[in-house]
Amino acid sequence: MAEVEESSKPMFAGLSDISISEDILVEGDISVPVGSHNADNDFSTLDEPVKDTILRDLRAVGQKFVHVMYPKKSSALLRDWDLWGPLILCVTLALMLQGGSVDSEEEGRPQFAEVFVIIWFGSVIITLNSKLLGGTISFFQSLCVLGYCILPLTVAMIVCRIVLVGGSGLVSFVVRLIVVTASFSWSTFASTAFLADSQPPNRKALVVYPVFLFYFVIGWMILTFSPSQ
Amino acid sequence: NPETFKKLLLFQEFEDEQGFTDNNQGATTVTIDDPIKSRKQRKATGTAFEEEDNDDKTELLSGQRKSAPFWTFEYYQTLFDVDSHQVKNRIIGSILPWPGKNFVEVYLRSNPDLYGPFWICATLVFAIAVSGNISSFLVHQGQPNFRYVPDFSKVTMAATAIYSYAWLVPLALWGFLTWRNTKITSLVSYSFLQIVCVYGYSLSIYIPAVILWIIPNEGLRWCSIVVALCLSGSVLVLTFWPAIRDDKPRITIAIISTIMILHVLLAVGCKACFFSTYEMHPSKAHNEPSTATNTSSTNPK
Repeated sequence: MAEVEESSKPMFAGLSDISISEDILVEGDISVPVGSHNADNDFSTLDEPVKDTILRDLRAVGQKFVHVMYPKKSSALLRDWDLWGPLILCVTLALMLQGGSVDSEEEGRPQFAEVFVIIWFGSVIITLNSKLLGGTISFFQSLCVLGYCILPLTVAMIVCRIVLVGGSGLVSFVVRLIVVTASFSWSTFASTAFLADSQPPNRKALVVYPVFLFYFVIGWMILTFSPSQ
Repeated sequence: NPETFKKLLLFQEFEDEQGFTDNNQGATTVTIDDPIKSRKQRKATGTAFEEEDNDDKTELLSGQRKSAPFWTFEYYQTLFDVDSHQVKNRIIGSILPWPGKNFVEVYLRSNPDLYGPFWICATLVFAIAVSGNISSFLVHQGQPNFRYVPDFSKVTMAATAIYSYAWLVPLALWGFLTWRNTKITSLVSYSFLQIVCVYGYSLSIYIPAVILWIIPNEGLRWCSIVVALCLSGSVLVLTFWPAIRDDKPRITIAIISTIMILHVLLAVGCKACFFSTYEMHPSKAHNEPSTATNTSSTNPK
């Protein structure tokens, strides 16, 4: 490399003379570590029995139900969101609320599609609202929380149906009113416990109010449900 | 000549009156670059950048706020840039008209929001549906063969009526005012979003009025309608007065009366649709014909 140090010559003139002689052995080892295949096996769930898959998802859904019934500020609901729970709850609620065949007595009750659309459309609008106000929660996490927090209202619906079997007088109305009010405030409280942390502090009321309105409307539909005769 | 030419080409020191030493020259470039540098630093936060940019631009270019194009999410976030207390103040301002205060100037300034109009309309729709159901239940309670049936078609009807009022009337008004502005330059001109905002917040007085309509007392209902109409109507008139007072008196009166008539129509129409139909149910003998004649006689056009 003595040629390079001479400043009179142009910079890379000496490199054209360099060549690697044939008897210098160039060897190396290019191989991909095989260990990644083992990690792959842990996450591949194609080979397990179907029962395991279903049970795992059911356990996750059930765990979230427990979280909703005893709302603490845990982030389990937010971290592993899934929409199975909201779907089950929404379908159950819509099936129980729907009117029967097109009868003159039952035409005032909401159809299955109406309840379904109200719940999902309402959740989407509330999520959009919280994102527009500057919330940091993601779209599907918010849908997940709102859907799971319908659980107390679904329980109230079941209780109301049982109470209505006994009679539809004033006493049953008062009982149903108390049950629905308690469950709708439980739902609102549970969802704000999960959602409130993701909002800027001076806009919390702006985000909580639509959630209140949403559960109020669903509670109203449950309360005014009249049984078929 | 080549001498003078060389002299002209030589670097010449200028007299440094303002102290343009090396230090100061560096400082000058820093002050020019500073807002750009800090904006680049803030760009990482995404939407915060948009909002701060809007704040700067609000002070520089009054009236030109929305810097993001309307198909991006950030544009709509600027329309929701309000705090809880701001919304509360705007609602109070729309309920209590003050002769000197213009709603747009005092409360909106250059920050109209869509949160208020959207959720106030939604609340009004559900309040009408719920109160209508409760009032029909209370009216027919004594009758033995009445089975209470909640009516959900009313919700969609109410939603259509209220949302179209809250959006189409401001659109028409804005178009008309913009057209008049080409003929007569007035000091005050409102953007479309500001008019939507005013109309949305002015509907907020109807929410307690609608809840009062549960009580099946006709006198109380008409009383609450009149009070609500006076309050929100005066807010609207006070808001739009500065924009149209420079116009011909006939046009001014025409606009004011159109605003008021549409407002009255909305209130009376809601009452007629949702609170009297139940009393005209064909299978019921208990009828209130006075309500029917009242509502049909108030048809102004």
